Amino acid sequence: MGSNAGGFDFELVKRNALLEAKGVPPPRAWKTGTTIAGVIYKDGVVLAADTRSTSGSTVADKNCEKIHFIAPNIYCCGAGTAADTENVTAMVSSHLELHKYATGRQARVVTAMTLLKSHLFRYQGHVSAALILGGVDLHGPHLFTIFPHGSTDALPYATMGSGSLNAMAVFEAGYKDDMSREEAMALAARAIRSGVYNDLGSGSNVDLCIITAGGVEYLRNYEFLQAKTYSRVFPVKYPPGTAPVLKTKVTLSEVAVIEGVESMETDS
Amino acid sequence: MADYDVTQSYMQDISLGTSIIAVSFKGGVVLGADSRTSSGSYVANRVQDKITPLADTVYLCRSGSASDTQAIASYVQYWIAEHQAEKNGPVDVSTAANLAMQLSYNNKNMLQAGLIIAGWDKQGGGSVYAIPLGGTLLKVPYTIGGSGSAYITGWCDKYWRDDFTEEEARAFVVKALTHAIARDASSGGCVRTVTITQAGVKRDFIPGTKLAATFGELPTPASR
Repeated sequence: MGSNAGGFDFELVKRNALLEAKGVPPPRAWKTGTTIAGVIYKDGVVLAADTRSTSGSTVADKNCEKIHFIAPNIYCCGAGTAADTENVTAMVSSHLELHKYATGRQARVVTAMTLLKSHLFRYQGHVSAALILGGVDLHGPHLFTIFPHGSTDALPYATMGSGSLNAMAVFEAGYKDDMSREEAMALAARAIRSGVYNDLGSGSNVDLCIITAGGVEYLRNYEFLQAKTYSRVFPVKYPPGTAPVLKTKVTLSEVAVIEGVESMETDS
Repeated sequence: MADYDVTQSYMQDISLGTSIIAVSFKGGVVLGADSRTSSGSYVANRVQDKITPLADTVYLCRSGSASDTQAIASYVQYWIAEHQAEKNGPVDVSTAANLAMQLSYNNKNMLQAGLIIAGWDKQGGGSVYAIPLGGTLLKVPYTIGGSGSAYITGWCDKYWRDDFTEEEARAFVVKALTHAIARDASSGGCVRTVTITQAGVKRDFIPGTKLAATFGELPTPASR
């Protein structure tokens, strides 16, 4: 498409300008709206997220995955522009895999944190990724928040995204040190539910990810909150007798039977 | 309402609203800071540690932009580690302060960082350096910084003395921060202090509920 002159091709700029003049607005970047949360408990970290992705005020993806893989022992929830969170977490994940082969050791959560914060600081906030990074390494469980401008905080519980105030309210009321696994899961899920129900940018379902020294449990769609109450069946199957039969008339027609086979042109 | 729209809020840089202070006494220094970081009008972290180690006996108080000051601290920590390896000994406070000043001054257009560097070394004993916005380097007996410092300049001028003992210096720091937190909306949370002497480093933490009530404030209820 476009010329073969090499370099950048700006043909579509003219088309976009024309469309905009005609009243067709350009599509907005998909943001994750979002409620994400993380909490440290006795044996590890629980990360939680909703699953709504928005483009302006339209829901672009009703069931997207916001908990991204960084390393076998490190996961990262992402809020902000979906493309930015996806790509920056994928980049750091690849970087850490190379790092693992170079060092011969399990990745540390602070390494992932430093890689992410250096990248985001270099781009001065234009990479719109607000992240909650959690994992367990040789020093125990860690939970960090990383803001788009590159600042980080180490906290026992954290929330981010448009629903962060709703989720933080739940955490501030219900958090205690050394919770059990079930308590931590219940608290994190409640925090996300609070965002799903009270924040317009968050919705659909709750994903959970529990990381311990022993391994990771990724509970995709742990809770279905806004499941459809009615699912349409298509094509519709009407049971016989739905339409009352008033009159029946049977006509036999002449049917011509052709012997032999008519083949299609298969090689041309 | 831009203030309460959190989707816009966290895209604003995290600001260390802040009240920070450092006071030298005979034999060492006391650094103090509040613990609130804000994103617009939302408190992003209410228990932030704004006193960052640069070396074993040199610490940094950060105010201004959280990301800028964390980045500066990272660079200075790295250069000091290199320097100490080459020197084969602990860094002088003045060296650490100069390194931070160079970064702050040479990038003055891009950074928003108010720093206080304080520590102990054999040459100078306890020293305090202030590096406000713009990158000036000032060696001072005590200094205050951050948005909350404006409310306590008079109080500090009146009650500071140049012959504090370690306990008096720490009490001065805590009282100053209590007053700053009371009047500045961007400061709050708890009060953290770090005392550095030849003997080493002592960290202290006073929860917000344990701070003395200032004029007009109700004292914390017994149940908390």
